Amino acid sequence: MRFLLRRLGFYLLSAWVALTINFLLPRLMPGDPATALFARFRGRLGPEAMQALRETFGLTEAPLLSQYVTYLGHVLRGDLGISVAYFPSPVSAVIGTGLVWTVFLAGSAVAISFAIGTLLGLAAAWWRRGWMDTWLPSTLVFIGAFPYFWLAMVALYVFGFGLGWFPLGHAYADDLTPSFSATFFADVARHAALPVATMVLATLGGWLLSMRNTMITVLGSDYVNLARAKGLAPSRVALRYAARNALLPSVTGLGMALGFVLGGSLLTEIVFSYPGQGYLLVQAVRNQDYPLMQGIFLVITLAVLGANWLVDLAYLWLDPRIRESAS
Amino acid sequence: MAQTSGVSAWWGAIRRDRKATSGAVLLALFALIGIAGPWLVGDPQALVGIPLQPPSLQHWLGTTGQGQDVLAQLVVGTRVSLAIGFAVGLVVVLVGAFVGITAGYFGGRVDGLLSLLFNVFLVIPGLPLAIVIAAYLPSGPLTLGLVLIVTGWAWNARVLRAQTLSQRQRDFVAAAIVTGESDFRIITREILPTMTSLLVAQVIGSTVYAIGAQVGLEFLGLGDVSAVTWGTNLYWAQNDSALLTGAWWTFAPTGLCVALVGFGLTMLNSGFDEITNPRLQLERAWRAHLFARGHKATRSTPVVVDHD
Amino acid sequence: MTEPLLSIRDLCVDYVTDRGPVRAVDRVSLEVDRGEILGIAGESGSGKSTLAQALLRILPAPAVISGGEVHFEGRDLLSLTENELRALRWKRISMVFQSAMDALNPVTTVGEQIIDTLHAHSTITAGAARARAGDLLEMVGINRGSLDAYAHQLSGGMRQRLGIAIALALEPSLVILDEPTTALDVIVEREILEHIRALQRQLGFAVLFITHDLSRMLQFSDRVAIFYAARLVEVAPAAELRRAARHPYTQGLLRAFPSVHGGAVELTSIPGAPPSLENPPTGCRFHPRCERAVDLCRECSPELRQLAPGHSAACHLAE
Repeated sequence: MRFLLRRLGFYLLSAWVALTINFLLPRLMPGDPATALFARFRGRLGPEAMQALRETFGLTEAPLLSQYVTYLGHVLRGDLGISVAYFPSPVSAVIGTGLVWTVFLAGSAVAISFAIGTLLGLAAAWWRRGWMDTWLPSTLVFIGAFPYFWLAMVALYVFGFGLGWFPLGHAYADDLTPSFSATFFADVARHAALPVATMVLATLGGWLLSMRNTMITVLGSDYVNLARAKGLAPSRVALRYAARNALLPSVTGLGMALGFVLGGSLLTEIVFSYPGQGYLLVQAVRNQDYPLMQGIFLVITLAVLGANWLVDLAYLWLDPRIRESAS
Repeated sequence: MAQTSGVSAWWGAIRRDRKATSGAVLLALFALIGIAGPWLVGDPQALVGIPLQPPSLQHWLGTTGQGQDVLAQLVVGTRVSLAIGFAVGLVVVLVGAFVGITAGYFGGRVDGLLSLLFNVFLVIPGLPLAIVIAAYLPSGPLTLGLVLIVTGWAWNARVLRAQTLSQRQRDFVAAAIVTGESDFRIITREILPTMTSLLVAQVIGSTVYAIGAQVGLEFLGLGDVSAVTWGTNLYWAQNDSALLTGAWWTFAPTGLCVALVGFGLTMLNSGFDEITNPRLQLERAWRAHLFARGHKATRSTPVVVDHD
Repeated sequence: MTEPLLSIRDLCVDYVTDRGPVRAVDRVSLEVDRGEILGIAGESGSGKSTLAQALLRILPAPAVISGGEVHFEGRDLLSLTENELRALRWKRISMVFQSAMDALNPVTTVGEQIIDTLHAHSTITAGAARARAGDLLEMVGINRGSLDAYAHQLSGGMRQRLGIAIALALEPSLVILDEPTTALDVIVEREILEHIRALQRQLGFAVLFITHDLSRMLQFSDRVAIFYAARLVEVAPAAELRRAARHPYTQGLLRAFPSVHGGAVELTSIPGAPPSLENPPTGCRFHPRCERAVDLCRECSPELRQLAPGHSAACHLAE
């Protein structure tokens, strides 16, 4: 329990660092941030928009510290400012629409990839000479060397454009309205198939190798040797003694890779015009919509921190040595 | 005969391991293209033909959506992309080494603070952070480099701190401390030399990361879109709706090059894997021995009697 | 004369490395009778643990058994199939590993690690298995409640005793103790060995006791075998060995362990270091360190010769 609280504290600290970075960045631009912003947006924004922009960044005449406090107050209330590109929509509203899709896409991809990759790695380490240990890892590593979004482009070209097996973009068909029906879910699945498949393929190699290498080390340990000496069935030795222990570093690796995978999924979304944070991000970059950009950064960071905490929970469940904080 | 570190050990490892050799060859090829290539192709920015032409004899990789030669863009882009990638990879390891080794060696509050620092940077997602920082700075290689370094150093710090911690416990360090060697000398003379193969592996790995991240950021339009690099090539391909017009040659070759370089670097690193993890190669000779005598590898200790 | 429980004849075990095979056990012949305690002593790396694990054939790659015969309860262990080996392991021969901490699965409970052994070798119900596991724990002096504990929650001594409990779970006829007390302090060590001896008298299993601690072994064993550089150099009843060791190496070892009782004695150690098994000395492997070595020792490998009833030594000069 103390472990979880300590981790929570760490995540809160990281969130605070992200917030502070968000606060400091516009102020790090050369010159007076307010003037610089004004110069950049002059002609494109009306006076109300400019005022809203100023307020978002807390670019008032007040001293830095009080600006900071105001800013923190805004964020804690969920007020991330007004979007420039989607003026006058507040950033939080704009982000809200896309968050579900990003979480769905990235979440599915990570879960599927981790599960399959870990299983393959386990098999590769157990039957050392099988195809799973020879050409499969190298092939998957090679595929993983391609940028995610490039794989997405190829997949879209071949399977969407070329063969027409999958739709060319978006999360669901344009003529469907979202509902809790089987047809809607099926359509969502069809649209998600290609993006998820490319992300899974791109990351599979990493999980496979990580699990495989850990398994090989674990298989050489004394407790696995003892399990064999006890005459236990090979399946039990492989699963309950070896894999169960080899899983721990893999889960740790999962936590560390979450941020990275999320970045890749954002880029994948762009290729598939998937209505998630990635698409919004690209719009924000093109329009120099700083409030939106920073809002997305914040929201994504919080999502990743939350996911990390879930991974910590999983680790706690898996490793009894962590459970006693004070034993 | 087996050495644990040192240039000759790496050279031997590269030659012995097929994967590492093919990786090295691949990289040498790209280095050659990067260095000598631009002199052999024309100006990549020149409008040389009808836009979106498929590969032909005049333009081996076809033309872009603007009418430029894809091959020229690819070759010229190689130099910049590889140079930035490698430079960033190097700096990222230097920064990570400085922070990680300091943290691991001095321990205590210094370690606590530095560890917190790199752990925070590890958990904050890199791409969104990179985008936000890059958006505020003028576009160009310096910004790109800075942003890549800021988002990439933390991993190396963590790994090198762990390694320093384990080395610090060793007897030879205790001996050096007792004889009054200064901290600086202990770090540079005693600890650092034991980590050379790890540092090389880190540089290679970081270069892979730098190239990939660089391409990603440029794809988003955060690099200098008027420059010719692999990433901006992909940016323009996407911009000019390459997919919807079926112009696969505008993006396929670039992605392939990125993958080949990344793959080559990873293969090179796998050669070092065997040095750092001897268990992985332990079974090689054993399997050969069994195979030569018609035995299969069994879970239980095999009985292989040579009757001679 | 009843047939011995375990009969090892000219056993050879190699490790196949990049530089060729390294022989870790060189033509070792031994016998263990039912219910007897045979100690095997030798320096680290002399091959004793390799021998022990080779009997169960659990030596991991790159080990290979390259010669000899092993008969146990009339069965040829070297020709058994995987399934036959698995049935035999633990039920007839079990083992207590050196470092009990590392030998226990860190993520499953202690109870589970005893119970799965029971389930693997018999059709026992879950309830009965748990009851038996509890009995085993109490037999070695651990509280029954520890069944639901994890390995890291137990002390070093408890873990070692747990290892013994697991080893005795199926009441085997031979228990191999591979440096069972090296990682423990002397008081705990003594308690555990006493405990094992009591259990041994009660249940009647034979013991193969492997250690580098010669004096401990002499107190504990019926017979003793001395290992040097992958070879057996002397075998004798414990009391006899202590009184009248014949091999120069054994004599050197005994001189390095003075008795606590008696007057002051000069401590002497054996000069030099044990040889590398990759490139062992020619002839008798001890000759570079032996003060009595002659040319014959360098040229010719001595075989184990019987010098007195039950007492053999591999030395040209011993009589």
